Amino acid sequence: MENKSEYNNKNEQNKKLLEVNDLRVDFKTHNGVVKAIRGASFELYQGETLAIVGESGSGKSVTTKVLMGILAKNGTITSGEVLYKGTDLCQITNKQFIQFRGKEIAMIFQDPMTSLNPTMTVGKQIREAVMEHTKLNRKAAKQRAIELIELVGIVNPAERYKQYPHQLSGGMRQRIVIAIALACEPKILIADEPTTALDVTIQAQILELIKSLQKQIGLSIIFITHDLGVVANMADRVAVMYAGKIVEYGTVEEIFNAPAHPYTWGLLSSVPDMANKDIDLYSIPGSPPNMLYPPVGDAFALRSEYALNIDFEEEPPMFKISETHYAATWLLDPRAPKVELPLFLRQRLQKEGAVHGN
Amino acid sequence: MIKYIGRRLLIAFVTLLTIMTLLFILLEFMPGSPFNDEKLSESQRELLNEKYGLNDPIPVRYKTFMVNVLTKGDFGVSYAIEKNAEVSNIIDKRLPLSIRFGLQALALGSVVGIILAAIAALNKNTIWDTMTTGFSVLGISIPSYVFALGLSYFLGYKLTKATGHQYFPMTFDIYQPWKSSILPTIALSMFVIATVARFMRTELVEVIGSDFVLLAEAKGLNSRKIITRHAMRNALIPVVTVLGPLTVSLMTGSLVIERVFGIPGIGDLLVTAISVNDFNIIIAVSFYYSIFYIIMQLFIDILYGIIDPRIRVAKGGQS
Repeated sequence: MENKSEYNNKNEQNKKLLEVNDLRVDFKTHNGVVKAIRGASFELYQGETLAIVGESGSGKSVTTKVLMGILAKNGTITSGEVLYKGTDLCQITNKQFIQFRGKEIAMIFQDPMTSLNPTMTVGKQIREAVMEHTKLNRKAAKQRAIELIELVGIVNPAERYKQYPHQLSGGMRQRIVIAIALACEPKILIADEPTTALDVTIQAQILELIKSLQKQIGLSIIFITHDLGVVANMADRVAVMYAGKIVEYGTVEEIFNAPAHPYTWGLLSSVPDMANKDIDLYSIPGSPPNMLYPPVGDAFALRSEYALNIDFEEEPPMFKISETHYAATWLLDPRAPKVELPLFLRQRLQKEGAVHGN
Repeated sequence: MIKYIGRRLLIAFVTLLTIMTLLFILLEFMPGSPFNDEKLSESQRELLNEKYGLNDPIPVRYKTFMVNVLTKGDFGVSYAIEKNAEVSNIIDKRLPLSIRFGLQALALGSVVGIILAAIAALNKNTIWDTMTTGFSVLGISIPSYVFALGLSYFLGYKLTKATGHQYFPMTFDIYQPWKSSILPTIALSMFVIATVARFMRTELVEVIGSDFVLLAEAKGLNSRKIITRHAMRNALIPVVTVLGPLTVSLMTGSLVIERVFGIPGIGDLLVTAISVNDFNIIIAVSFYYSIFYIIMQLFIDILYGIIDPRIRVAKGGQS
């Protein structure tokens, strides 16, 4: 695969921007301690887009909140580290975090309809972010805010500056949220399902915008989503998250063409496909485990038809498939029986002419 | 906008007329007459009734009264409290005092209430939250005369006796208007503090949990800026709704507070007027009450627009 090797070369030149090692987060609730993240590790390279995919409750959003330092009060980081520019973001105080939050790492949220302050003009909300981290005065900051509104593709920026959120459409509001995130030229942009709440046509526009901004500014993006279509379109690398752990990660080609973890198989099989209309749409049986009582062994074993006995006893380690591709499943152990990809997936991959099989 | 205000004013005017008509009719059913002095003979009483036109048929009196009020702002004279004194003069003397106490209590109550609410909301489910919530429950459930008497007794009487120096006068003193207004203002503001704190806390907790506060946090703002710039204004919207009627009842004078501290305000006047059947004063005071209420409602509607741009009457912008 030429694409892949090209990517690898690029990868070597690129430097690691962010490194998350064995992150564990607990939430204290009325019912007990919820283990939301149970040892997640990943890294983000300069200029790339890393997609974190997984179903609701897998810990995607909690991960981003740790990166932003805005974890809810009942959540605690029990172990692990988040290294950014030599600083462990898990160890610093909230006051120290302010110099990173918004300035170095910015975030856009899921629902643009509720993420803007309804009583403040959108211009002021952008200007506020600009003034918070730069030494610009009011007038210069306003000028910068208008530039930002223009940058995110809104016409008549000076007019829009004076408007309130309710005077803008959902797509435009999300553009404003992006403008706020870009206000201080952050190095990392975290996008937490930024298109989930938007119309399909608007979704495409917003994704295009994020892509072009990445090229213009050289952002590194962590893209949280459960939409695999968006992943294929946006990401360089993909991390698949399940029950608070990253179960597989690799380049987008590796994940889509040669998935190794049964959960990834399930996810890919449940994407509707026009070319395979004759096959029933697959859905992963069961539901994610209750993280109050995390299962022993492989958390996905209960829902997996490929589960081995050991899956119920011991957690699988990360097996290396290639330089960039890792997966945590006992199926990759040399002693494990050979299993075929699910039929649905196999057929699709064959139709697409992709190479598969490990 | 002008059309809107015009319509509001028209409705207000009709409301006023209705209130006055109703009051006029209801007062006709009141037992007794303004001339209750036992020394008066039947014929003298008859003479007084004749003099003030109280023997005329109801429609005639209604017409005279309304015409006088509407054209000259003349509410007639007092029959009993200050004989033959113009009702407007009596009210003019007393109204500023009531308004002053009301505004002082409102200002104190809102500021303290908002601060308490902010403390409670920021420290949700901690001892601070419990304390402020407990305080507002007390403030709402304990009647204001208990506070009034307590303050007057302990700070006005006991403290003076113990220290030999009068820090807080026990009753209102027209020659020390500021000093002697402290205790009544505090007593009057207790209810405001409690109400504002309670409403504001609930709202703040909700607003703090909202997405735009999260975004403000993600911008890197510190909590002080998040609260003052983003949370407060949004949480104020429902509080303003409660503050409106509260302000009216404060400005029109609290009967109890005025009695306890001996303040010659209009709350006190109204009760005296009712007990001696001084009809004109009753109607005039009610008239002022209604006017206040209507103005307050209008003011609050305008305030809504200032606080919340979504409510603002469209000015041709996109929506």
